[in-house]
Amino acid sequence: MGKLEIKADRYDFKEDIDYKMRFPNGLSEKTIKNLSDIKGEPNWMKEFRLNAYRFFSRRPMPSWIDGLDQLNLDDISYFALASEKKSTSWDEVPQKIKDTYDKLGIPEAEKKALGGVEAMFDSTVVYNNVREELKKEGIIFCDTDSAVKDYPELVKKYFGKVVSPNDNKFAALNSALWSGGSFIYVPKGVKVKLPLQAYFRINAANLGQFERTLIIADEGADVTYIEGCSATTYSKESLHAAVVEIIAMKGAHVKYITIQNWSSDVYNLVTKRAFAYENAYVEWIDANVGAKLTAKYPSVYMLEPGAKANILSIAFADKDQHQDAGAKAVHLAPATSSVIRSKSICLNGGRTTYRGLVKIPRGSRDSSTSVTCDALIFDDYSRTDTYPYMEISEESADVSHEASVGKIGDDQRLYMESRGIPENEGINMIVLGFVGEFVKELPLEFALEFNRLIKINMENAVG
Amino acid sequence: MENRIDIEKLSVRIKEKNLLREVSLHVKTGETHILMGPNGSGKTTLARAILGDKRYTVTEGRIEFNGADMLKLKPHERARMGIFVSFQEPVTLQGVNTLSFLKASYESINSTKVTMSEFKNIVGKNLQRIGLPESVNERYVNEGFSGGEKKKFELLQLLLLKPKIAILDEIDTGLDLDSMKVLSNAVNEMLPETGFLIITHNDRILKHIKPTLVHVMKEGSITRSGGLELVEEIEKGGYKIG
Ligand SMILES: Nc1ncnc2c1ncn2[C@@H]1O[C@H](COP(=O)(O)OP(=O)(O)O)[C@@H](O)[C@H]1O
Ligand SMILES: [Mg+2]
Repeated sequence: MGKLEIKADRYDFKEDIDYKMRFPNGLSEKTIKNLSDIKGEPNWMKEFRLNAYRFFSRRPMPSWIDGLDQLNLDDISYFALASEKKSTSWDEVPQKIKDTYDKLGIPEAEKKALGGVEAMFDSTVVYNNVREELKKEGIIFCDTDSAVKDYPELVKKYFGKVVSPNDNKFAALNSALWSGGSFIYVPKGVKVKLPLQAYFRINAANLGQFERTLIIADEGADVTYIEGCSATTYSKESLHAAVVEIIAMKGAHVKYITIQNWSSDVYNLVTKRAFAYENAYVEWIDANVGAKLTAKYPSVYMLEPGAKANILSIAFADKDQHQDAGAKAVHLAPATSSVIRSKSICLNGGRTTYRGLVKIPRGSRDSSTSVTCDALIFDDYSRTDTYPYMEISEESADVSHEASVGKIGDDQRLYMESRGIPENEGINMIVLGFVGEFVKELPLEFALEFNRLIKINMENAVG
Repeated sequence: MENRIDIEKLSVRIKEKNLLREVSLHVKTGETHILMGPNGSGKTTLARAILGDKRYTVTEGRIEFNGADMLKLKPHERARMGIFVSFQEPVTLQGVNTLSFLKASYESINSTKVTMSEFKNIVGKNLQRIGLPESVNERYVNEGFSGGEKKKFELLQLLLLKPKIAILDEIDTGLDLDSMKVLSNAVNEMLPETGFLIITHNDRILKHIKPTLVHVMKEGSITRSGGLELVEEIEKGGYKIG
């Protein structure tokens, strides 16, 4: 492999796109009906949206996350269509959009023949190339809008069943306005060899984005899904409220990897939840690097005996950023187990919060959970908090919890410098070492990309 | 080639506190200088000033390496010139693997690249010599190391980096007798290429090392310089001398 070079501004560019359709700012039932009509959706989906909108209007803003009060929902335009025509091959993708993706490295990913590339540009999926092999095995990988049309039974059966529209204010907002996102179905016993991947990207100021992802792994199926995000910088607040639902049937394994790198004015409020049935195994591997405020607590509901959960999250908070992230493990059957690991880094006044919930109710015998939270702080202006709630009422439960806060002080930097390692390089080694556990979970090219991202961020932060 | 470090009338301050007053000291290749003195007299401060710790402000005087001013250089630049300052209390680097750390350091100071397997070999030999287990390679820098192990790890770096001028700040504190022997052997072996400034409280190290000069520091100044007889005086009467 050649030497990797990257410029810091690679993740910070904006294309001049001619938006074909754009709703005025603000939200009403009419906006939602319009949206559903334009999409040509069946009636049940329109009803689903309207119902969700009512929940949204009724629910107050969550008060337990600091910083949400600065978000003005009336100030956000709710749907933009960058390209009306859906592309099936790379050749058909408009040049301007291609250029953007070039900078993000998507064609390389394609060259390397990863499973299938589905890229989302603003609210519309413009590029969707599912490899023939996937189709042959009965694997469905498409955008969620297409799935509503092409696989109505599957969608109707599972859509909104894991995350109900009434779950929380932002899940309701997403349910009312969702557009794009990925739909994956893996049939019984099929193991998807290569990770499936999608890129998301916001390209317009003031544009809300509400993608909706649904993954169904049938009995004994195995799939890894990767989502990498990056966005341009714009002057006004932007909202990203996604919902991800995973269903892992008996003996299935689903691994969901996210690298989130929204620009620093984005509110990223995501509801991610999985249902794990008998002996199923669900893994959330989640990195939050960008955004102004992130609130994201991937959860796994272990519904049948033998179900397992692995939730690993990394958060990086620089100046004016707050990463409020964590995990939820709900043990609703005997012999279920969960492992939660959280690693966070804050500097220049950034703030990280770990918020976790583990529930082991009486009757979920012989279940176990292990929670580890490590925080790394660079200076006295930054802040980290840990809220590891545990509701354990089953006596046989095996529970362990560890938390640590490490400080990278002047002495650490100086020690490395005294051995000939320049300050920036030293800090990189410390940070990359700290996140190493996460990087190990990534396929190689994502590991490289993630390490680059951290380096760029550290260079910008430390100067 | 002969190398030298010249400290000329160096005064150092931290916050509003004057810690060093007009300290002069000259060390060159082949010499071993011993610096002793009561706790808090400023020995570590001198080491930190040579290292380039920016928390310590040089208010007066010079530090030169081979006649060139060093004071403007960053710590890693000083290290690359061949100056090694060991830490009295080595710090923990959580998440940083020892072998990667040593390799980065080795490559930076020698301006070369080595493969991991080559480097493992080089480290392996030295680990054996010092009496640290091979498993150190899998650990994080100084994490969970005992006091003695930390000092051995400093010694390991001294052996690996082969500096031109080495300032060893109480590297002998906490070392067992065997390691002490390794240390004195290393010093003697490196002497033809290296100049040493050894800060110590302990005359054990002088069993096998012949000092060029012994210096005594008190309240931020070097009050006496002389031969081994100074050590004997201190042995008898403590630091009241001078
Ligand atoms: N960061 C600091 N802030 C204030 N005083 C310091 C600091 N570091 C060292 N000192 C003071 O400087 C004096 C010299 O300390 P030091 O050089 O460590 O002595 P030694 O190594 O000889 O024991 C001591 O009085 C110590 O308390
Ligand atoms: Mg000292």
